[in-house]
Amino acid sequence: MLSIKDLHVSIAGKPILKGINLEVKAGEVHAIMGPNGSGKSTLSQLLAGRDGYTIDSGSVTYKDQDLLELAPEERSWEGIFLAFQYPVEIPGVNNTYLLRAGLNAIRKHHGQDEVSAVDFLKLVREKAKLVELDESFLSRSVNQGFSGGEKKRNEIFQMAVLEPSLAILDETDSGLDIDALRVVAEGVNKLRSEERAFILITHYQRLLDYIEPDFVHVLSDGQIQRSGDKTLALELEREGYAWLDTETDIASEAGAA
Amino acid sequence: MSSTSEEVQEFVDQQYKHGFITDIETDTIGAGLNEDVIRIISGKKGEPEFMLEWRLAAYRKWLTMSEPTWAHVRFDPIDYQDIIYYSAPKSPEDGPKSLDDVDPKLLETYEKLGIPLIEQQMLAGVAVDAVFDSVSVVTTFKEKLAEAGVVFCPLSEAVHSHPELVKKYLGSVVPTGDNFFSTLNSAVFSDGSFVYIPKGVRCPMELSTYFRINEAKTGQFERTLIIAEEGSHVSYLEGCTAPMRDENQLHAAVVELIILDNAEIKYSTVQNWYPGDENGVGGIYNFVTKRALCAGVNAKVSWTQVETGSAITWKYPSCVLRGDNSVGEFYSVALTNNCQQADTGTKMIHLGKNTRSTIISKGISAGRGENSYRGLVRIAKTAEGARNYTQCDSLLIGDTCAAHTFPYMEIGNSSAQVEHEATTSKISEDQLFYCQQRGIGEEDAVSMIVNGFCKSVFKELPMEFAVEAGKLLSVSLEGAVG
Repeated sequence: MLSIKDLHVSIAGKPILKGINLEVKAGEVHAIMGPNGSGKSTLSQLLAGRDGYTIDSGSVTYKDQDLLELAPEERSWEGIFLAFQYPVEIPGVNNTYLLRAGLNAIRKHHGQDEVSAVDFLKLVREKAKLVELDESFLSRSVNQGFSGGEKKRNEIFQMAVLEPSLAILDETDSGLDIDALRVVAEGVNKLRSEERAFILITHYQRLLDYIEPDFVHVLSDGQIQRSGDKTLALELEREGYAWLDTETDIASEAGAA
Repeated sequence: MSSTSEEVQEFVDQQYKHGFITDIETDTIGAGLNEDVIRIISGKKGEPEFMLEWRLAAYRKWLTMSEPTWAHVRFDPIDYQDIIYYSAPKSPEDGPKSLDDVDPKLLETYEKLGIPLIEQQMLAGVAVDAVFDSVSVVTTFKEKLAEAGVVFCPLSEAVHSHPELVKKYLGSVVPTGDNFFSTLNSAVFSDGSFVYIPKGVRCPMELSTYFRINEAKTGQFERTLIIAEEGSHVSYLEGCTAPMRDENQLHAAVVELIILDNAEIKYSTVQNWYPGDENGVGGIYNFVTKRALCAGVNAKVSWTQVETGSAITWKYPSCVLRGDNSVGEFYSVALTNNCQQADTGTKMIHLGKNTRSTIISKGISAGRGENSYRGLVRIAKTAEGARNYTQCDSLLIGDTCAAHTFPYMEIGNSSAQVEHEATTSKISEDQLFYCQQRGIGEEDAVSMIVNGFCKSVFKELPMEFAVEAGKLLSVSLEGAVG
């Protein structure tokens, strides 16, 4: 579904991603872990089409298309969803209004009719239950006055409504208490399917207690340093990220030699 | 740099959609202003002597006045002798008796503006007093209104049919000599609407007027007078759009509202005068004086305006709250794009006890637009227990526009409660990206965010107007956001 090959990305001349390789197939859940500043969020924003990054080399292929050629909304239409680390507030814009406009744009792209108001209401009520989101949130302005946990739940709620093929969760677990974390994780688990892939960006192993990944990758200094199964996450939990520095140092020394 | 800013530019560069000129023979007098011109205007309308005298007095006063310079707008000096002060569509006899008699080209103009008169009347149940240049051409629904005792007619007609009301109230809220532009209007006003709601009557329909400037170099001097007797209620809608022109056109209108005991007037405006091109060439100069007098107890006035047009807007719909417990409200959305300049706001003058006022102002600046909010809250010594709440928000789109806020407060009574809140924000990349990530194209996203910003004002508009206002905003901003 997604194939990232030797991707080098910089911001204002500063290299951030330095040769990322990643293959994600439908039905898989990939966790990308790493210390702060390793490039995790850059990767997620870049995949969703955020402006301001320079692609120095490499390629990203998604469903047999050059993903980097697509506008952010086109990526959304093609099934890419980003659950934001910091969901933005949009005063005066109704939460469900935005969602319905998005859903209809996606449906239109696929030659489907717009969803009727009645059907949509049914749909959002059902999905809101999934993430235990109070119905009052549906009629509020987008993220305005939401607590941190409510914002994250709202993201998962939107994901449930839009039913993406590839969902990228950017540190969705950060700032969540244990109950909210459980709710979010359950929401994700219910959405797992053969046709859908997930990329979970996270700093902590905690989330992976609830969502069992198929693959774990450790991102550091703009490169995937190690990949493995879920046991890698547990190893990280025990040993922290400190070992990365040592290995990176060794790697660069080796390179120099 | 980014595709975003290019798209934004494209959006901003959209052409004014109502720019077309209707080719109709008009009855126009030469440019310039002197007492003879005023006599001609008055004579052409067959006005009674008292009106001519009133105009002449205003003219003489105007000669002693000079243009105000305090507003935060810049423009080349206006040559008042280069303006044509009267123009009327030339129709056989004294104008059409029904729609069938109306010049088809005129009707076509309305069609282009999306105001098919007949349909609009049928569907919306709105009585339309369509002003084409200076003379009211079509007035409809008069019979139905007459049943309720409501008078809704051109002011030029009211001068004849209700001279006692005109004599009593014309200039009673905006007196001759009030300001330079209103005084000019008093001298040369062409026509406008007159509304009288008798005691205890709730006007059975919303009253609506569409204005349109058509003749090149014709100043447009509308004058509107609305009187709400005790316990009456009326909602009045005013909307306008003008054709594309290279030369600046002066528009100096006056609107006076008189509200007696327990009466209410709701006055809504959607203004879309030609704003000039992207370099600021052409466009309407809109210098408007609008004022309401809450003369009786528990009187209420509500101004709602959506201002998207004009090269220059100079406009402060005001409320004089004289009656005890009277209420004044001002809800405003002002948008400036390209080189547009707007200096707009309100004045709330609290004279009576327990008077209350609310000001909600939303300014949107894009392109190189300059948007200023200027508001005065004056609590007189007599206004025991007066309250005011002001909220004034600015939204910036791009980095070449500007927003300013000039709030004035004069508090003469220590029991007054006055609150003022102000914010300035930008449509952020984050907001746009968020919407796009959810599948919404950039232009739609901008429109959605701006409409959200204006929501608290739009909800004050009558339904069909709110829809129109939302669309107008989107059209005015097409390309302007990103």
